[in-house]
Amino acid sequence: MKIAVCINHVPDTETKVKVGADGKSIDRAGVNFIINPYDEFAVEEALRIKEKQTGEVVVLSLGGDTHKETLRKALAMGVDKAVLLKDDTPRDSYSVAAALSAALKELAPEVVLFGKQSIDSDDAAVGLMVAEMLGWASVAVAVKVEIADGKVTAEREIEGGHEKVEATLPVVITAQKGLNEPRYPSLKGIMAAKSKPIEEKPPAPAQNRAEVVEMRKPPAKSAGKIVGTGADAVPELVRLLHEEAKVI
Amino acid sequence: MPKFQGVDYYNLDELLSEDEILVRNTVREFVDEHITPVIEKHYIAGTFPMDLIPKMAELGLFGPTLPAKYGCAEMNNVAYGLMMQELERGDSGVRSFASVQSGLVMYPIYAFGSEEQKDHWLPKLAYGKAIGCFGLTEPDYGSNPGGMVTRAEKKDGGYLLNGAKMWITNGTLADVAVVWAKLDGEIKGFLVEKGTKGFTAPEMTGKHSLRASVTSELVFQDCLIPEKNLLPKSGGLKSPLMCLTQARYGIAWGAIGSAMACYDTALNYAKSRIQFDKPIASFQLTQEKLVHMVTEITKAQLMCLQLGRLKDKNKVKFTQISMAKRNNVYHALEIARVAREILGANGILSEYPVMRHAANLESVKTYEGTHEMHTLIIGEDITGIPAFV
Ligand SMILES: Cc1cc2nc3c(=O)[nH]c(=O)nc-3n(C[C@H](O)[C@H](O)[C@H](O)COP(=O)(O)OP(=O)(O)OC[C@H]3O[C@@H](n4cnc5c(N)ncnc54)[C@H](O)[C@@H]3O)c2cc1C
Repeated sequence: MKIAVCINHVPDTETKVKVGADGKSIDRAGVNFIINPYDEFAVEEALRIKEKQTGEVVVLSLGGDTHKETLRKALAMGVDKAVLLKDDTPRDSYSVAAALSAALKELAPEVVLFGKQSIDSDDAAVGLMVAEMLGWASVAVAVKVEIADGKVTAEREIEGGHEKVEATLPVVITAQKGLNEPRYPSLKGIMAAKSKPIEEKPPAPAQNRAEVVEMRKPPAKSAGKIVGTGADAVPELVRLLHEEAKVI
Repeated sequence: MPKFQGVDYYNLDELLSEDEILVRNTVREFVDEHITPVIEKHYIAGTFPMDLIPKMAELGLFGPTLPAKYGCAEMNNVAYGLMMQELERGDSGVRSFASVQSGLVMYPIYAFGSEEQKDHWLPKLAYGKAIGCFGLTEPDYGSNPGGMVTRAEKKDGGYLLNGAKMWITNGTLADVAVVWAKLDGEIKGFLVEKGTKGFTAPEMTGKHSLRASVTSELVFQDCLIPEKNLLPKSGGLKSPLMCLTQARYGIAWGAIGSAMACYDTALNYAKSRIQFDKPIASFQLTQEKLVHMVTEITKAQLMCLQLGRLKDKNKVKFTQISMAKRNNVYHALEIARVAREILGANGILSEYPVMRHAANLESVKTYEGTHEMHTLIIGEDITGIPAFV
């Protein structure tokens, strides 16, 4: 079985980002980039499917040369092939999805995995747009995936519970935290990944439908207020939450 | 504590390859997830976190520079150094475990062992199915190991070992001990297996340093070991010293890890601790301390990086390794002490890693050649005059 995983290279969740000089992108200086955490679940799941049924796992990433770091990590985890759709232009989710679906059409995998969202722009849209563009079934926010006899049975997280769904292949699945516990690339895996090539291809040109015009940080929090201590302070706290903060 | 983001004031990552960075980041994540959360508890209890052994083995942390045919990663020395740096950022005791297993047990078996010994032991040690230790130091011979009194005598069916080793990391845990003893006056290496009659390895207690590491005595009383357990290619003091060169190289990098942990802790603390209505990081005296730390860390990084590149080209001199071990451990200890000052009273708590690192580094400064001995090694190299005696 051929399994594709689309992965993104994003700022570390712990990084304090600053808005760049252009006012519409982040300042990349001093920012650590990592594989998008939800994509890591997707890679792990792909490897587990492969280990159960044999096959091949291919990872794709759309972006500049720095994305090779993340592709290399996936190769070190045990992925067979990596493709960099090399492009530095800013893209919206639609434009990313269009490029990925074009590449996936050519690759023709039976299963495509994504993270449920990319933590950089948080659109949570690309995976499902790709399914739509390919005309395939999709399962979003999966926490359990089983593939057998040309069918996927998956559990999805929904508000207050789980939902079990079935779909026929080919399918696009987006991974939620809890789907699995991603493995570390072993040192041996890292060394083995050195001999696996990263194929570079130009993606379909950008065709953005939305443009970022401004990026700003939320206003700095003002200092907190201590209303009092002990049970005596509770009525006053309730009054303030009700009348001033208007949250209750 | 915010997640550790590395210390790279000089953009040294530019000098590292993609796989070297990946090795470092992988071990970094492993340390943050599996070592940091449990280490203080083990340190206070004086226990080694045994459940880390299979996890470390799975990651490939044992003997990672040795050939792939033994189950090892066959990576270069810079990647190995970065791995040691991250491990010691977790704890010197955990790094010591990996150093002993890799540099002091797998290396001598690889360098001085027979094919049978290599095939038998190296995969087991790499996969963490066997633990090793290295017995050189004796109660009366520390800096001067050449004076050792442990002796081997040729007998029918093998060698009879008599004597005692002290301060042996992993001794009590070990399935196999690489023991150095004199055979007809010449120092030779022997593999002594756990359970051999006449061999005991009681744990030493009462340490105020390296508490999350097992330190033991090795006692040999008419201990008969089979002939096949002699390391055939070992001979003379040079053999154990070659092992120490491997391990010291890892320590030089490891010390950077301890220093980074202390600097990172002190920097974050200084920015958030308010006194006189200001973060203490705004006082010039505190800034000077932090600047000193990051400068020494940067120098140590540069030193190790070039040392590793030389080692990868087989051009490194053991005296160069002495210089990095001596310098980096010295400054790591100073940095740990100054970090403790910056944290004030909090600095002595196990909630922060600095006191543990400071206490650990006292051992690191002494083992694998004391600070003084490395001074004399370099002194002899540059003057041509040995000043040991
Ligand atoms: C936690 C821990 C773990 C260890 N693990 C191991 C292990 O796994 N295997 C192993 O074999 N050993 C191990 N050691 C032992 C370590 O290598 C020795 O402690 C070290 O070599 C120093 O020996 P010593 O303690 O006997 O000190 P000594 O040699 O007695 O030295 C005492 C002091 O005198 C100084 N000194 C000695 N000679 C001279 C000289 N000629 N000129 C100037 N100064 C001198 C020293 O620098 C030192 O300051 C370990 C030690 C510790 C603390």
